[in-house]
Amino acid sequence: MEGWETVIGLEVHAELATATKLFSGARNEFGGDPNTHIDPVSLGLPGSLPVLNEKAVELAIRVGLALNCRVQPSEFARKNYFYPDMPKGFQISQYDQPINGEGWLELPDGRRIGIERAHLEEDTGKSTHVGGGGRIHEANYSLVDYNRAGVPLIEIVGMPDLRCAEDARAYVAELRAILVAIGASDGKMEEGSMRVDCNVSVRPVGVEELGTRCEVKNINSLRSLGRAIEYEARRQVDLLTSGRRIEQQTRHWNEEDGRTHKLRSKEEAFDYRYFPEPDLVPVVPSQEWIDEIRSAMPMLPRERRSRLAGAAGVQTGAAALTVERGLDDLAVDSIGRGADAARVLVHIENNLADGHGALTADSFAALVAMETGRDLTATQAKTVLADLVESGGDPAAIAATHGFEAMDTSLIEELVDDLIARHPDDWAAFVDGDEKERKKKSGFFVGQIMKSTRGQADGRVVNQILDRRAGGPARQD
Amino acid sequence: MSTGAGGMALAMAAAVRSGERSARSVVEEHLAVIAGREDEIHAFNLVAGDAALERADLLDRSIGAGDDPGPLAGVPVALKDNMCVRGVPTTCSSRILEGWRPPYDATVVEHLSAAGAVVIGKTNMDEFAMGSSTENSAFGITRNPLDATRVPGGSSGGSAAAVAAGFAPLALGSDTGGSIRQPAALCGVVGVKPTYGAVSRYGLVAFASSLDQIGPFATSVADAALLLEVIAGHDPLDSTSIPAAAPDLLGVLGRGVEGLRIGIIEELSGSGPRSLEGIAPDVQARLAEAAAALEAAGATVEQTSVPFTVYGLSAYYVIAPAEASSNLARYDGVRYGLRVEAGNAVDMNTATRTAGFGDEVKRRIMLGTYALSAGYYDAYYGKSQKVRTLIIEDFLRAYESYDLLLSPTAPTTAFPIGAKTADPMLMYLNDVCTIPSNLAGHPSMSVPFGVGDDGMPVGVQVLAPANSEPTMFRAAAVLEAAAGGGAS
Amino acid sequence: MAPDPPEVARISRDDVTHVALLARLSLSDDELDEFTGQLAAVLDHAADLDALDLDGVEPTAHPLPLRNVFRADVPVAGVDRDEVLAAAPAVEEHRFKVPPVLGESP
Repeated sequence: MEGWETVIGLEVHAELATATKLFSGARNEFGGDPNTHIDPVSLGLPGSLPVLNEKAVELAIRVGLALNCRVQPSEFARKNYFYPDMPKGFQISQYDQPINGEGWLELPDGRRIGIERAHLEEDTGKSTHVGGGGRIHEANYSLVDYNRAGVPLIEIVGMPDLRCAEDARAYVAELRAILVAIGASDGKMEEGSMRVDCNVSVRPVGVEELGTRCEVKNINSLRSLGRAIEYEARRQVDLLTSGRRIEQQTRHWNEEDGRTHKLRSKEEAFDYRYFPEPDLVPVVPSQEWIDEIRSAMPMLPRERRSRLAGAAGVQTGAAALTVERGLDDLAVDSIGRGADAARVLVHIENNLADGHGALTADSFAALVAMETGRDLTATQAKTVLADLVESGGDPAAIAATHGFEAMDTSLIEELVDDLIARHPDDWAAFVDGDEKERKKKSGFFVGQIMKSTRGQADGRVVNQILDRRAGGPARQD
Repeated sequence: MSTGAGGMALAMAAAVRSGERSARSVVEEHLAVIAGREDEIHAFNLVAGDAALERADLLDRSIGAGDDPGPLAGVPVALKDNMCVRGVPTTCSSRILEGWRPPYDATVVEHLSAAGAVVIGKTNMDEFAMGSSTENSAFGITRNPLDATRVPGGSSGGSAAAVAAGFAPLALGSDTGGSIRQPAALCGVVGVKPTYGAVSRYGLVAFASSLDQIGPFATSVADAALLLEVIAGHDPLDSTSIPAAAPDLLGVLGRGVEGLRIGIIEELSGSGPRSLEGIAPDVQARLAEAAAALEAAGATVEQTSVPFTVYGLSAYYVIAPAEASSNLARYDGVRYGLRVEAGNAVDMNTATRTAGFGDEVKRRIMLGTYALSAGYYDAYYGKSQKVRTLIIEDFLRAYESYDLLLSPTAPTTAFPIGAKTADPMLMYLNDVCTIPSNLAGHPSMSVPFGVGDDGMPVGVQVLAPANSEPTMFRAAAVLEAAAGGGAS
Repeated sequence: MAPDPPEVARISRDDVTHVALLARLSLSDDELDEFTGQLAAVLDHAADLDALDLDGVEPTAHPLPLRNVFRADVPVAGVDRDEVLAAAPAVEEHRFKVPPVLGESP
C-alpha cells in the first residue's frame, strides 16, 4: 500500500430512541414477536397515512446540534423502489431538503471530520432468508417481519475526510458516543440500531483527484469496519497496480471470509424517482424550538473530555477512556475534592472497567488521599476500592477491617536484606544492569516482598530501599 | 325520487329520530329499490343488506331506549369502494385488491357511524378512481339510471348512480380531478368536492394524494350539506387535514346570493375568444341560464378570465399519474390482495401487478413513472408543479374580485357507453372544467341545472376559495331552487 | 391550442419498456406499441406547458400552506396480527412469506 492513499466517507444510520415509529403509534422496540409492532401505517395498508413523530424530529435536531450542523426547514420525499420488506413500495426519506445541513464531528485528537447532512427517514422491515444456509442468493424463500418497518432513522452522511481504517473506527466510535450521550440512539451495532455503510476509494499519494469509489455495506461492528476498509483498499490498489480499473460498485462485506463481494454496479443503480411526499407537510423548526432543544442538550463527549483534561491537567487523549466509561463526573468531582488526578485516572483505567457501582466521589477522594499519604499501599487501595464499588462505605473503616496499616520501614528493610542474601545472582544483575535490566529485577524483588507481606508493603518503599542498597540509581549508558 | 329542496335524507333522519318510522323500514325500502334495479344499473360492488339491517335494528333499539343516534339516524349511505370499512371487502374495483378486508375503518366511516348512518353498500368505480365513465372497473360497468345506454360518469359513477336511482339518498365519492362532480352532473344529482383537507383522507385508498378529496352525493343541496357537515373536520390521522372545525352549512343555506360577486370562467365557458373548445352548446346555454338565475337572485354575474385554467389538464395528467405510480407501488403481492406466484420476488411482483391492474391503471402508472424518472423530472413533473402554482395564483387573483366562480361541470351530458374508451385523451378531456379546483385545493360543487338537447341532465359547477363552502352552498341552493328542485 | 413541439424527445418504445420494468409490469409487444402511442399523446398534450415562462415560479407540492404537523410520541394500539395475516397471500411463523428475493435491498 506504499505510495497509496485511502479515502473514506461513511454513511451511518442510527435508529432514534423514540417510543413509537416515525409516522405512526406502533411501538419502536427491538425484537418482539414477529409482526406485533404493526399498524396500518407501518404495514403500508391501502388508505393509511403518515403523521410525523414530534419526538423523532426533536432527536434529529439534537443530533444536528451535536454535529454542529445547520438546522434548517425540511421536507420529506418518497424514494421509490420495490423490496418485500418495504411495505409501501417507497421509503419516506429526506432528499434535497434535509433537516440538518453541513456540520462537523471532532475526533478525540481534535481533528474535524466534515458532515454533509443528517436527515430523517424510516427503517424497513426485516427479511429472513430460509434455506440455502440463510444466504440470500441460495434461499428457497424469505419471511418478512414488519416490526422494524417505520422505525425512525437518522442518516448521518460524512464527507470523504477519513484516510485510514483506524480513523474511520475512531469516527464511528465518537459518533456513537455522541448519539448515546444526547439520548438520540442506543448505538448498538450488534442489534443493528446503528449501521455503517462505507465509501472507499484509493489514489496515489500526492494526487488531488479522487479515485472511483465503491460502497461497502453490511458492516456490523467497529472491528469489521476496520477489516472491510483495509480489505477494500487493498483490493482496489491491487486492481490498479495490475493495470486494471475500478468499477463503481456497491459491495457486500462478508464477515466469514473477510472479503467484500460485488452486489451491483453503478449501471444497475436504481432510479429512485424522488418526489415530495404529498401526505406530509414541511417541517420548519422555529428558532425558539431549536434554542430550547439546545439549552436542554446534555454535555457532549468532547466537552466532557476537555473538562476532565482541564481538571486533571492532562491531554484530552488521556481523558478519553474515562469519558468513554462514563466516569468523568466521578473523576472531576474526586479531583475537585483534592484527590491526586494521576491516581484517580490510573484507578479508573485499571480498576473501574465495569463502572463505579456504589463508589462516590467523596469516598474515592478519601481513598486516594490515604494512598498518596502512604496510609495504604497501591495493592491495599485496590482492595478497598473494590469494596467501595461493591457496597460503598468509609474507606478508612474498610481498610481497618482488612487490617491494612502501613508497614514499618525497618521491617521491610530486614525482609529486603534477607531476600538479597538468598538471591545473589539476581542482586548482582540488579546492581550492574542498565536501566532496563534493573527495572526487570526490581519487579522480581518487589514481587517477592509483596508476596511475603501479602501486599502490605508499599512498593515504592521497597524500590527506595533497593536503590539505597545498590548505592544509587542505575548507571546511565 | 326526491322533491329536493327540503332534503330527503334530512326528512328521513328526522322521522327516524322522532320514532315516526323505524330505521329498519328505511333500510328495507332502499333494499327493495336496489333489488328492483341493481341488476340493470350495477351501482354496487357489494350490497351489505344483512349488515345494514342489523345496524338498523341496533339503531331502532337505541332510539327505543331514548338515545339519539345523530343527524343521519337510519339514513342509508352508499360508500365508494375505495373507503375502508373494517372487515368489509374494499376493492377499488381492482382485481389486485379482490377479497381484501381492511382491518380498520376510514375516518369518514367512523364519522358516519357516530352520526347514526347505515352503510348500505360499496359502490362501483373506475379502477383506483382512474377514469371518467366507470367503464374501467374490473367488475363490470355501471349504467346511468336516467338512460341505461349511457355512462354515469366517473370515477365515482357507482355512487352517483346509486343516488340517482334511489338506492340510497346519500353517497360518498372521492374526487381527484372531477370524480364526484362530473358523475353528479351526468346523473343529475348534487356532488361536492370540499376544500383539500376539509375531510380526512385516512382510510381512503389513495390515487393522487395531493389532489384526492372525499365528498358527498345527494339529491339536494341541503342533503349534501348535511352529509358534508358530518364527515368534515380535523383529523389528527391525516397530516393534511385542516386544523379547524367543520363549517356550518345547513344554517346558511337560505341566505341567498344577494350582493355576491360571481365570475363566469371564460376559459371554461365555451364562449368567448379565450375559451377551450369542446363545451357543448346545450351545456353553454344552461350555464347562461344559471348565471341569469343567480343575477335574478341579486348577485352580480359577469364573465372573467382565469387564464391558466386551460393548462390544468396538462399539469394534472402529469401530477396525478406521478403520485399514483408511487401510491400503487404497494400492490406487490406480499401483504394483501392478489398474488400470482413466480420463482422469485421480482417475477412475483411483476406477474401480480400485470394480472391485477387494468389497462388504464397501467397506463397511468407508466405515465407517472416516466414523468418522475431520471432525466424527465424537470421537463414533466417539475414543470407541472410550477403550473400548479400559476393556477393557484390565478384563482387567488380572480377571488380578489369575485366571491365565487361559475363554469360547466362537464363539457357534455352523459355519453353513450363505449364512446370514448378507445382514446384515453378524449376521455381525459371530460375533466377539463373540474381539474383546476383539485390543483388549487379549492372547493367546488356540481348542481343539476336543466337538461341538454338529449334530455340528459346538465350540471353547473360553483367554485369557491379555500374554506368558503358556506358561500358556495348558498349559491348552489339558489341554483337548485331556480332549476325547480333537486334531481329530475 | 396547438401544442408546440415538445422540449424533450417523444417517448419511445424503449422508454416504455424501461418504465414498465421500473413499475414491475410486463407488456406484450402489442401492448408496448399501443401504450407507447397513448402515452405519447398525453405527453404531447402536456407539451403545451412548454409555451409558459416558468422562470422563478416556485413549484407547488401541497395545495395547503400547512407546516409542522406532528403527533405525540405515544404508543397507540395497532391492528390485530391474526386479522392482518389472514389477509396475506402466504404466511409462515407469523411472517409474510415471499419467493426468494435474489438481491439485497438498496
